[in-house]
Amino acid sequence: MRELNVSLITDVVEKLCIEANNHLPEDVKCAIKSCRACEDGEIAKGVLDNIIENFEIADNENVPICQDTGMACVFLEIGQDVHLVGGDLTDAVNEGVRRGYDKGYLRKSVVGDPVRRGNTGDNTPAMLYTEIVPGEQVKITVGPKGFGSENMSMIRMFKPSAGLQGIKDFIIEAVETAGPNPCPPMVVGVGIGGTFDKAALLAKKALMRPLDSSHPDPFYADLEKEMLEKINELGIGPQGFGGKTTAIGLNIETLPTHIAGMPCAININCHVTRHKSEVL
Amino acid sequence: MARKITLPLTEELAKSLKAGDEVLLTGTIYTSRDAGHKRMCEALARGEELPFDPQDATIYYVGPTPAKPGQVIGSAGPTTSGRMDAYAPTMMSVGARGMIGKGARLPEVVEAMKAHSGVYFGAIGGAGALLAKCIKSAELIAFEDLGAEALRKLYVEDMPLVVIIDSEGNNLYEEGRAAYLANRK
Repeated sequence: MRELNVSLITDVVEKLCIEANNHLPEDVKCAIKSCRACEDGEIAKGVLDNIIENFEIADNENVPICQDTGMACVFLEIGQDVHLVGGDLTDAVNEGVRRGYDKGYLRKSVVGDPVRRGNTGDNTPAMLYTEIVPGEQVKITVGPKGFGSENMSMIRMFKPSAGLQGIKDFIIEAVETAGPNPCPPMVVGVGIGGTFDKAALLAKKALMRPLDSSHPDPFYADLEKEMLEKINELGIGPQGFGGKTTAIGLNIETLPTHIAGMPCAININCHVTRHKSEVL
Repeated sequence: MARKITLPLTEELAKSLKAGDEVLLTGTIYTSRDAGHKRMCEALARGEELPFDPQDATIYYVGPTPAKPGQVIGSAGPTTSGRMDAYAPTMMSVGARGMIGKGARLPEVVEAMKAHSGVYFGAIGGAGALLAKCIKSAELIAFEDLGAEALRKLYVEDMPLVVIIDSEGNNLYEEGRAAYLANRK
């Protein structure tokens, strides 16, 4: 049994909040650049050039890529042989978010009550996802999630008879409905299976997976490729101004499900698909 | 080639802008999002004045990150304009005909634009670090308690924008996509 003080988790969350907001992952940068190379419309090319210039400025000057520095989605994969000591884990994560958003000059975008509103002033609470895994390490991932794209996400409980075509049509419907709102080119996270809540979680996890990776099952890996191509035939284009590049990536995550159902969730992200991990 | 334009957004200037035009905008603009718009529209309903002169004004839908020491403003890209659709016709009715944001607008906003010679400009969503470079001064003028949503007066130089919807109701979101799909065939 390894003992780990939660203050170390606070420190890492603080650091990851700042780094994730200022530095786009390499796989996302590569995807944007390769889409720029294939685009031929003048406005579309100009938009992608500006997007590339933007993440380069953010990298060089250590400033947020986007002003919506998001809700802090924090994923903890906690080894079952780790004993967390030194305080409450949730408090420790929130303290990391509080410090990161303060020291990093990040925007505080969280309201304390969904209906009555009121900014909490420090971007807490984090959206905390914990998972117990084998081993004695703790993997921490911070994925700041902007709401221009979050607002365009969808979930649907399909009958099994809807089949693969039902899923395909739903993905296209979600992207069409999102249109220019989520700052295309977008990244599409698809969760299929599980329960209502697990499907949504899968979709969010799909957004944390590198864009140059594939689902391990060739059936879904092929579906990822096919749906990305279909989305990019819609013509919505960068910022919705028309063009080839509507999405720069599409990841699918799956789980077994019930004989009576086929849940499908689609979590939309913008081209600023941010996440950063560290292992303690 | 982008066209350089200078504010205020007079009726004459507004009518000369067409959907799909790339522009570099220079002049004074005001920032506001959901909460600020709600307050301004409530003030107008009570017969009160706005914190700025709305005549020929342009409003940027943005909630910037806090400025680091030495910065004029933090990252400052557009937010989704549709959330301001409930307020935009009221703002145009008192003269604020320019809007900068991103994303689709409701038909009633487009109708108000046609009635008041409004122009809806798109700034690149997610390009907050780049857009901040065009902002040369920022002054908080009202609603300080709203934090990132407070009302700020900005002076911008050569802000890269695209006319999404013009004063005749032409819409780049429809036309740009249709043109791309037509060319591809």
